[in-house]
Amino acid sequence: MIGAETTKSGPFAHSTNTVRQTMFTVILALSPATLFNLYLFGWPSILLFGVTIGACVVTEAICLALAGRPVTHTLSDGSAVLTGWLLAMTLPPWAPWWIGVLGAVFAIPLAKQAFGGLGQNLFNPAMVARVALLVSFPVVMTAWIAPHPLFSASAPGLADSIAITFGGQVPDGVTAATALGYVKTELSRGIPVFQSLVEYGRGSNLTYTPDLMDLATGYKPGSLGETSAILILIGGLFLMRRRIITWHIPVTVLGTLFLMGTLFNLLDPGRFAPGLFHVISGATFLGAFFIATDYVTSPVSEKGQLIFGIGVGLLTWVIRTFAGYPEGMAFAVLLMNSLTPIIDQYTRPRLFGRTRKGEPLPLKGKA
Amino acid sequence: MKLFPIRGGIHPEYRKELSGERAIEALPLPSRLYIPLQQHIGAPAEILVSEGDLVKKGQVIARRQGQISAHHHASTSGRVVEVTEIPAPHPSGLPQPTIVIEPDGRDEWVTLPEPIADPFAAAPEVIEERVAESGIVGMGGATFPSAVKLNLGIRHRIDTLLINGAECEPYLTCDDRLMREHAEAIIDGARIMAHTLGAPRIVVGIEENKPQALAAITVAASDFPNIDVAALPVKYPMGSERHLTLAITGLETPARKLTADLGVVVHNVATARAVHQAVRLGRPLIARVVTVSGGAMREPKNIEAPIGARVSDLIDFCGGFSQRPERIIQGGPMMGTPLPNLDVPVVKGTSGILALTAAEINERPADPCIRCGACVNICACGLTPVELAAHIRHDDLEGAAKLGLADCVSCGSCSWVCPSHIPLVHYFNYAKGALNARDREQRKTERTKTLVEANAARQERIAAQRAAARKPKAAPAANEVPS
Repeated sequence: MIGAETTKSGPFAHSTNTVRQTMFTVILALSPATLFNLYLFGWPSILLFGVTIGACVVTEAICLALAGRPVTHTLSDGSAVLTGWLLAMTLPPWAPWWIGVLGAVFAIPLAKQAFGGLGQNLFNPAMVARVALLVSFPVVMTAWIAPHPLFSASAPGLADSIAITFGGQVPDGVTAATALGYVKTELSRGIPVFQSLVEYGRGSNLTYTPDLMDLATGYKPGSLGETSAILILIGGLFLMRRRIITWHIPVTVLGTLFLMGTLFNLLDPGRFAPGLFHVISGATFLGAFFIATDYVTSPVSEKGQLIFGIGVGLLTWVIRTFAGYPEGMAFAVLLMNSLTPIIDQYTRPRLFGRTRKGEPLPLKGKA
Repeated sequence: MKLFPIRGGIHPEYRKELSGERAIEALPLPSRLYIPLQQHIGAPAEILVSEGDLVKKGQVIARRQGQISAHHHASTSGRVVEVTEIPAPHPSGLPQPTIVIEPDGRDEWVTLPEPIADPFAAAPEVIEERVAESGIVGMGGATFPSAVKLNLGIRHRIDTLLINGAECEPYLTCDDRLMREHAEAIIDGARIMAHTLGAPRIVVGIEENKPQALAAITVAASDFPNIDVAALPVKYPMGSERHLTLAITGLETPARKLTADLGVVVHNVATARAVHQAVRLGRPLIARVVTVSGGAMREPKNIEAPIGARVSDLIDFCGGFSQRPERIIQGGPMMGTPLPNLDVPVVKGTSGILALTAAEINERPADPCIRCGACVNICACGLTPVELAAHIRHDDLEGAAKLGLADCVSCGSCSWVCPSHIPLVHYFNYAKGALNARDREQRKTERTKTLVEANAARQERIAAQRAAARKPKAAPAANEVPS
């Protein structure tokens, strides 16, 4: 059998790519959206953000030590930090500290290390954690708050923030519904989508009123890092430019969601939200550019990635529209993760000189 | 001209500027020449000289034997001081029979065969014979005997001869320099080869990063309407025979077939020049251009070195090392092989000698695969290296074979691109070797079985005959027909 030791055979040249560089480039791409949201939701969100990443790094270190693997070398690849970062970005910004810690326990030991560590996990660790938290603690996990920018009059100070994050003392009158959640609730009360959308825009029975521009720029309630579609888009384009990701997954996720939304909205605007609304709401951009594109849990070939992206977009729309949850991105990604191995198997590129079935190409007109 | 896209490919750091502007220089005659009997694919040549013999420059000292083999000649005049075994220029460093010549300094030619006055009027067999007598092998690195490849015109209808000037390996500039400095010889050699093959059309493929070579070849080819020059996109492994054929002709060679089955034969530019010299001047292949380069080489050069000069002779000629090289390799960095030591000789397939620094090699211990899919996207053969490697790691070589292991050309692009520094192509080379060994073992077992069965049957037959012989002959069979 072949050994794992480094070899004396070529090539004697190598690209400058490393795993670590890849991970930190993704983190860099996440930074604009993250910084904006940490500003928007203030000290409690900064505390939760720190706790979540810290817990991911600590649990990873414990797992590595238990497994007898090199702790510092593996930690320095940045994958635990990135998982923690992504997980934090999907949490309600003022959620208590133990949500972050519990999320880390779901993400790292259960979803990643139990499968064998980096590269071995079938499911996206951050999404496993988010979904496990959501079904276990539905109230805490849907306690959205209106924007309270740092240093603004309504923002809690550091002491109050510590009470919020570590004492669970969320003051009254700060919560707000997300657009997706509001539309869903209203629809269940018989209010047609077009009407509730206008209402959400006008802010009747809400403490905070976003307009369409706010929806896109991100000055709105939502998860800790997902609210600014524009900043996430900038990060995503940066990743494409650096060739960390390709267009295949983001474009198909956004495109499918937009097409499904638009198509059904045209059929029945009272029952179905418009495509553009789907695209700029919730975790769509974060999911399309940063979650669904996770290397480990998405297909390796470009064709496979197209199928994967279409699947994520379609399932997100189905869950948002027909299921009990207002947001379906996390579920959609996990469901498609489970299909990744089989997609990989059926989307291998054609071999040079062979037909799709693997037979040698026929010689045309020559003996 | 219209080109066709090839799948995948990479853009490594080419670093051709290190030696690209250095004109070809002749190596001063070394004190000893070491000429191995095996410098080519096929059977080793049969030795014709013994210790103490005086030889002239260009004299045949080892004769081809068998269908696929090559002559070898004395690179200069002198005395055979030893016929011995020295380590081969191969990572194994295994010893192989080698003729050691001490030059007499006179560099005196043997009486060379007459130039073929009008090669285009000569029969293909005459040219083939001359190429074979001249010991020419594929000089791009594959070292397949060229005469055998010129023979392809007999069984196949060849309509295009491709001259490979892609030189897609980083660092190497020997073909670039040859094209700049000897364009006419290359074009003449190509025309002679095309005539031998019966190919009406010639295309010279050169990557766009060699504008002077493109210009020189275009000028040299301008008098011949049947010669096209293709400026190829810069992409590794463009110089791979099958990929070059696809890029230029749009024809994809079926698996397990030759490009000749599509009417295309590919020869390297240096081979074309060697054919020109053999046919027009009667000169055998006794020298070649070698790029000596790398970040640790004091003064990178392109050197025309006699076959048999030691690697250390070339390195000395370049002023030695400017810093400690991490690795010294033969060929380009992508597909080249490490040298066991610096005493090994330059052979007919030596395109480059590179002294590389640790920073250039950028070797790191492998990290876990993160399934980024880069290897899948860049594989010019459409393989899924990530999957193949997983099968091989678990010793499932048959599983890897089913995914197309045999179609891998070992270009090394997957290893190059892998962010986890997984030595993918090493896995594939290992698996190919192990599968071959298993195949051989299996064939051996089957052969043994057949022999044992045949032996048992024979014993039985003999026993039966003896038994029949022992029977009394008194009672002839009743139905015997009287004659």
